[in-house]
Amino acid sequence: MRRLTPYLLALPSWMWLGIFLVVPMAAMASVSLQTGNAIDGFAMTFSFSNYSDALGRYSTQLLRSLLYGGLATVAMLVIGYPVAYWIAFKGGTRKSVYLFLLLLPFFVSFVLRTISWNFLLSDNGILFGTLKGWGLLPEDFHVLATTFAVVGGLTYNFLPFMILPIYVALERVDPRVIEAAQDLYATRTAAFRRVVLPLSLPGVFAGVLMTFVPATADPINAQILGGTANTMIGNIIQTEYLTNLNYPTASALSFTLMAVLLVGIFIYARALGTENVLEAAAR
Amino acid sequence: MPRSRRDFFRVTGFSAAGLALAACGVQGQKAAPPKADAVKDYWAKQTKHGKVVFANWPEYMPEDQAPLKKFQQATGISYEYKEVIQENAEFFGKADPVLRAGQPLGYDIVVMTNGVQLQHMIDLGYATPLDHAQLPNFEANAGQKYKERAYDPGNKYTVPYTSGVTGIAYNTKYVDDDITSIEALFDPKYKGRVGMMGDAQEIGNFAMFALGIDPEKSTEADWKKAGEKLKAQRDDGIVRKYYDQSYIDAVAKGDVWLSMAWSGDVFQRQLAGEPVKFVVPEEGGTIWTDNMLIPKGAANPVDALMLMDYLYQPVVAAELDEFIQYVTPVPAVQDLLREKAKTAKGKDKKALEDMVDSPLMFPSEADYAKLRSYTPLTTQQEQVFNPIFQSITQA
Repeated sequence: MRRLTPYLLALPSWMWLGIFLVVPMAAMASVSLQTGNAIDGFAMTFSFSNYSDALGRYSTQLLRSLLYGGLATVAMLVIGYPVAYWIAFKGGTRKSVYLFLLLLPFFVSFVLRTISWNFLLSDNGILFGTLKGWGLLPEDFHVLATTFAVVGGLTYNFLPFMILPIYVALERVDPRVIEAAQDLYATRTAAFRRVVLPLSLPGVFAGVLMTFVPATADPINAQILGGTANTMIGNIIQTEYLTNLNYPTASALSFTLMAVLLVGIFIYARALGTENVLEAAAR
Repeated sequence: MPRSRRDFFRVTGFSAAGLALAACGVQGQKAAPPKADAVKDYWAKQTKHGKVVFANWPEYMPEDQAPLKKFQQATGISYEYKEVIQENAEFFGKADPVLRAGQPLGYDIVVMTNGVQLQHMIDLGYATPLDHAQLPNFEANAGQKYKERAYDPGNKYTVPYTSGVTGIAYNTKYVDDDITSIEALFDPKYKGRVGMMGDAQEIGNFAMFALGIDPEKSTEADWKKAGEKLKAQRDDGIVRKYYDQSYIDAVAKGDVWLSMAWSGDVFQRQLAGEPVKFVVPEEGGTIWTDNMLIPKGAANPVDALMLMDYLYQPVVAAELDEFIQYVTPVPAVQDLLREKAKTAKGKDKKALEDMVDSPLMFPSEADYAKLRSYTPLTTQQEQVFNPIFQSITQA
């Protein structure tokens, strides 16, 4: 009985995964190999050409999504690491206040926040309208409907998911370790580079994982902030599912996206070293 | 350890389950048109339940829900009113699996625009055929145009809720010219300042108007030509963005200067004092209709019919239209609003007079002559039509 206890305790989560992950994934995998249409029905034909067709038509959008997701992740890392560092080491007694402020915008819905950006960045809005009025910007300057707006929106929307894990990792760094490094004649930079940074890498890994995946798959930012050539793969999947009722193509695209992300993450994990990854995963 | 029989079964059992999953297709539901007798039998069995659930689009009912309250007082039928429909495709995408599985949607009336999704609803047997014996107000008061619609001849499944026109809106603060032609949307002068709609039907229609093609009679070759025209427009950088409902904010803010637009949106902005104008282009515009239908498996079909019919009383239709400000299917509304304007005072009087005279709410015969409906498409045609235009809007 005792040997079984851990398995019994794990049972609910296995059932959860089974019902809500494995079954839908299997059904989706099945649909991705079918042919037909929504009116006459779809039938299993093991049509692997769904994948090649979908990729042939939408490789541009898929690559663009990975690029945007990657750019946004790098931007979040550049912005987020110093913030996490500052809160962890300089935050003092107000740490929780800063963290709360960081999370505050998340009480508002994702879509609404993105629409607010649209409002703020509008050509003649509060920001650019004023600057144009002062003659600081050319009349036809605009940010909306550009790549910059979409990547910026992604960066803004997912930033806390980068900061929090890094913060957690940095918070755990024992200040005495840094002192020890300095006792051993490490400069501040050297102490950071050889002690703090490696210790925080699991947090960075978790942060990248939690931001790169949803940023790449996100359809909202491209729809609200993008222009004529900023369509991301999430928009395509949405259109294929809901407008065209082309379930096979949509499923094939979803699986392709998932596969590409998994491969990317695997390579990233290898580059970073498996130990750190396991440590991060165990948290 | 040698592999035991049980292991073997376990492994094959798993793969059998996998195969079973792989074999399960998504069933088609294409329904033959119901026989008249069957429809009669169906309605003969239904009774009033004293309750109705109405699913509609936002801003399609006054906030105080007065028309519905009066309906409750008049008939004793209580109502639930839900603004759950934002987009036809999205709504259909969500409803389809539920109705396909034979489960009720939970609504007794839903409102859908004529177009591919409504066609799917009818083709798949998701719409309950209506009993016209129970729609006397509709018979008496609906305009003739709203009884002769290509997408639902004889109003078998739907009755109109409201209609609107797709035309061009422009911001007079930035555009000095009087826009009359669809060519303005293709004019390099407005590079980067033109908004187009993301919907394949809407954008396809407009490109066909520009080419002098009647969308209702268009062929695959016409769609391709229209696609080429739109592609050139995009590649020349004329289009700023392919919009959904958010185009109207963009026009009002000046992010785009002119855009494809829906009449009611523009009219509401004009009343709010914003510098936007609406035109039906001389080449043509689209008229669409949002229709009420009773989804398959609805719990209270009789009550739903009663509500539908109630809304066709001119007084009720007038009250609704005063708020919605689109085209009402009840022509008598114009006179009722004119009467009301006579006794009203100040700002209300002005607003009512504007409404009565507005070609956006009461298009003239000349306006109607320029208006065309969506292209009716079969599923096979749709699989050609959609990619042509989506490859432009979702590049």
